[in-house]
Amino acid sequence: MNRRKIIEERLFKLLAGIATYSLIAILAFIILVIFVKGFNALTFDMIIKTPKGGFYYGGEGGVLNAIIGSLYIAFGATLIAAIIGIPAALYINVHLIKKKRTQNTIRFLLDALWGIPSIVYGAFGFTLMLFLGMNASLLAGIITVALLITPIMVRTFDEVLSTIPIGLHEATLALGSTKTEMALKVLFKQGFSGFITAILLAFGRGIGDAASVLFTAGYTDLIPVNLDEPAATLPLAIFFQLGSPIPEVRERAFASATILTFIILAISLGARFLSKQYSKSNLK
Amino acid sequence: MLYRRVLFDKISGFWMVTTLVTILLLPMIIGTGLYIKALPLFEHQSVTSLASSSIWAPNSGKFGFWPFIAGSLYVTVLSFLFAAPICLLSAIYLTQFSSTKLIQVMHPVIDVLAGLPSVIYGVWGILIVVPFTSKIAAPFFNATSSGYSIFAGGLVLAIMCIPYMLNMLIEVFNTVPVGLKEASLSLGATFWESIKHVVIRKSYPGIISAFGLGIAKAFGETIAVMMVVGNQVRITRNPFDSGYPLPALIANNYGEMLSIPMYDSALMFAALLLLVIIMAINFIFRLFIYKTREQ
Repeated sequence: MNRRKIIEERLFKLLAGIATYSLIAILAFIILVIFVKGFNALTFDMIIKTPKGGFYYGGEGGVLNAIIGSLYIAFGATLIAAIIGIPAALYINVHLIKKKRTQNTIRFLLDALWGIPSIVYGAFGFTLMLFLGMNASLLAGIITVALLITPIMVRTFDEVLSTIPIGLHEATLALGSTKTEMALKVLFKQGFSGFITAILLAFGRGIGDAASVLFTAGYTDLIPVNLDEPAATLPLAIFFQLGSPIPEVRERAFASATILTFIILAISLGARFLSKQYSKSNLK
Repeated sequence: MLYRRVLFDKISGFWMVTTLVTILLLPMIIGTGLYIKALPLFEHQSVTSLASSSIWAPNSGKFGFWPFIAGSLYVTVLSFLFAAPICLLSAIYLTQFSSTKLIQVMHPVIDVLAGLPSVIYGVWGILIVVPFTSKIAAPFFNATSSGYSIFAGGLVLAIMCIPYMLNMLIEVFNTVPVGLKEASLSLGATFWESIKHVVIRKSYPGIISAFGLGIAKAFGETIAVMMVVGNQVRITRNPFDSGYPLPALIANNYGEMLSIPMYDSALMFAALLLLVIIMAINFIFRLFIYKTREQ
C-alpha cells in the first residue's frame, strides 16, 4: 500500500515536472524556428527599404512600410488608450476606494471586456468606419486598436494601484490635498512601475495584433504621411507574404516574422526590467 | 488658489468618470453597432435558422452558420483537451514543488508566450505543426491529411491558450491557505495525497473557471487558427480534415464583403455571434469565481 503511494507521488511529480519544463522547451522551439528560418532571408534591405516594383514576385525592397505603419498604429493607439485608460484606473483606486462592491463589479466587467476577441473589435471598427464615412486608414486602425488595448491597460495599471496601502491615501488626504492631487502626485508616482508595464503591454499587443487592423487599416506599399491614408502593418505583411506561392516572398515572410518576434521580445523583457527598476524606490 | 485647485479637481474627476463609464459601456456599444449592421439579415431568416442551417451560399443569399460554429467548437474542444492537462500539471508543479529559481524563470517564459502575436504562432504552425500533422500524426491514426486541418488548428490554439490558463491556475492555487495542506500532511498524508485531496478540491471552482475562460479565449482566436486550419466549408468528424471556424470566416471574407448583397450583414452577424457567445462564457465563469471568492 505504502509502495503504491510512493510510486503515485513520484509519477505525478515527474509528469508535472515534464509539463513545466516542456513549456520552456516549446517557447525556445518556437523562437528558434522563427529565428533560424528568418535569419536566412533577413537582409539589411528588409528593414530600411519599402517594397519596390516586383517585390511581390521576389523583387527588390523591404518591409519598412509595414514596420513604420505598425509603429504608428501602436503609438497612436497607446496614446489614446492612455488618455482614456489611466484616468479610469485612477478613478477606481481613488474615488471608489471605499466602495469595495462597486470596485469588484467594475473589475469583473473589465475582465470580461478583456476577453472580447480582437476580430470582434475589428468588425466593430469596420462598422464604425462606415458609420463615420471614413476609408480604411491609419486613423481607423488607431481607433480600433485603441479600443482593443484600453481594457488591458486599465486592468494592468489597476492591478498595481490596488496594492497600494490605504494608509497612503489617508496620509495624503490628511495633509489637505484634493482627490485629483492624490491621484496624480501620490498614487501615480507610487504605481509608476504599473504604468510602465501597462503602457508597454498595450503597445506590444497593439503592434502584434492582426485581426483588428485587417478591416480598418488597409494595406499599402507607401509609408503613410497623413492620418487618412491607409497603412501597412507588420503582422499583415507576414500574413500576406506567406500566402504567396513564390518561395522568395515566403522567405521574406519568415524574415518579417523574425523582425516582429524581435520587437515583441524586446518590449516584453524591457517591460519586466523597467518595472523592476521603478518599483525599487516605492514607499513600502 | 483653493478655488483653482477645487475646480481642477472637479474637471479631472469628471473626466475620470466619463472615461470609466465609456469603457464599461464598450461591450454594449460594440454589440449594438454589430446588431444594427446585422439587422437586414434577420428580415429573411430567424436567428435560430441562421445558427442551425448548414447551407452556405452567399451568392444566392443563403447563410447557414452551423458549419462555422461546429468548426469553432471542434477546434476549441480539441485545443482544450491538449492544453488542460499540461496547464493543470505545471500549475501544480510551480505552486507546490518547484524551487523559487524555476518560478523566476517561468514568469518571463509565460509572459513571452502570452505576448507573442497570433501571426507568429501561425507562421510556426505552418512550419512545424502542419508538416507534423500530415507526416506523423495523421499516418499514426491511419488517416491521410494535407496537414491543414482541425487537428493542427487545435494544437496551435492549445499552445496559445496555455499561458492564459496557466496564469489563472497559478493564481488559484496560490490562494489555497498553506495551513490546510499542513494539516493534511500532519495527519500522515503524503505530499501528493495532500495536493490531490486538499489543494485541488479546495480550488475546484477556480480550476473550472480557469478552464472555462481558456475555452472562451480559444473560441475567439483568429489569425493563427485561420493560417493552419484549411478553411473549407463542411461539417466533418475527422480531425484531420480541414475546417472553417467562425473567426476565420470573418477575417477571410472582408475583401468581398461589400460586393455581394447581405454578405456584410452576415459577417457582422458572425462577429455578433462570437461576441455574445464569448461574453456569455466569460460572464458565467467570472461570476462563478467572484461568488466562490466571496464565501
